[in-house]
Amino acid sequence: MTEHDDGMNRRKVLECMTWAGTGVLWTITGGVPASLGIIDEAVAAPAKGFTFLQISDSHMGFDKPANPNVKGTLEEAIARVKTLPVKPSFMIHTGDISHLSKPSEFDDADQIISRAGLNVRYVPGEHDLLDEDQGKLYLDRYGRGTQGAGWYSFDDNGVHFIGLVNVVNLKAGGLGNLGNEQLEWLEDDLKGRSASHPIVVFAHIPLWSVYPEWGWGTEDGARALGYLKRFGSVTVLNGHIHQVMQKVEGNVTFHTARSTAFPQPAPGTAPSPGPIKVADDKLRSMLGIACVTFKQNEQRLAIIDTPIQK
Amino acid sequence: MTMIKALTRLLVAGVAAAYLHAAAPASAEEIAVKIGNFTFGPQELKVKAGSTVTWTNEDDIPHTVVSPSTFRSKVLDTDGKYSFTFTTPGTYKYFCSLHPHMTGTVIVEAQTGSVESGEH
Repeated sequence: MTEHDDGMNRRKVLECMTWAGTGVLWTITGGVPASLGIIDEAVAAPAKGFTFLQISDSHMGFDKPANPNVKGTLEEAIARVKTLPVKPSFMIHTGDISHLSKPSEFDDADQIISRAGLNVRYVPGEHDLLDEDQGKLYLDRYGRGTQGAGWYSFDDNGVHFIGLVNVVNLKAGGLGNLGNEQLEWLEDDLKGRSASHPIVVFAHIPLWSVYPEWGWGTEDGARALGYLKRFGSVTVLNGHIHQVMQKVEGNVTFHTARSTAFPQPAPGTAPSPGPIKVADDKLRSMLGIACVTFKQNEQRLAIIDTPIQK
Repeated sequence: MTMIKALTRLLVAGVAAAYLHAAAPASAEEIAVKIGNFTFGPQELKVKAGSTVTWTNEDDIPHTVVSPSTFRSKVLDTDGKYSFTFTTPGTYKYFCSLHPHMTGTVIVEAQTGSVESGEH
């Protein structure tokens, strides 16, 4: 079907998929965050100054045909992080660390991610709150110094970072949810800050309405964005949808990161948002196409997917 | 020939009896709801009081079945099942707490022949 069909062996396809899920490197220049593309490109052109890394949706424990080896792909992503010539300031993980919130899944993630040697800041995905106490396990591990269900803010290199939780108390028929308590905290957190202070907000489910039919949006996200309106530079980083999407609205740049575990379909292109799973003999062409599509997306997003060629 | 006719009659009678039995259940039923492609199927269900509904997750992604203040399943991984017995007539709306756009309804009717009004 495409040129990728010919001679593209399974290993190469898997490498391509791994690259698709490696991570996004961010740099802040003059207070405006800019994506440097996936790590390979960043290696080719090292960033000056301050960088940080985003990974998302590791889904430790997922073992279905879409990717029976999610540990392997996370390991490869982290191995790439270690090859960066300039060490990022820290890393954010935008949720779905685990698939079923099992302690062993969190253990696997922690063990692999710690190899990056970076400080990691987490927010939970809905898959991280599936223990009997609905999130106690997550908070015990990752919630130190956070408020409520795990939200917090911190400063790094003159940028104000805000980690939000929009995966608790979801209502029937609704979308992601921040809730009144968190929104009041956010309003208070931003109060008195100079409008020139660059802000980076990160949360699992997109804060903007990507595709409500699949639940890809946040019910009360607009209220949060209202509090952010007066700031000159706002970047919103999310995961959840396992694909790159970007939108600019006024001073706000929205971006979703890929998963390190498995791809999900573009909005409305499948009967459901479930993992993209194809027969082995079809996998190549599907992943080949996915890579080409990523390329097209990346032109728009200025993120270039570079498959490993050896 | 006559023997075949007789056999056929017997068979027809048997099928009719089975059909009658299915059409007018004397009491509680066992009903299955499939979770697939991020939807509950059937999405709306009418059952007699005392019936047990069993949800089975056929997706590659975990789901839950939650009806606030009535029932809440644990997380159901692929092929995971959850059963709930509806004893009280009424309308029960439920959803998946992981993917709240997934919703369903179980309407529980009073037993046939019961004098119960169904007001609750």
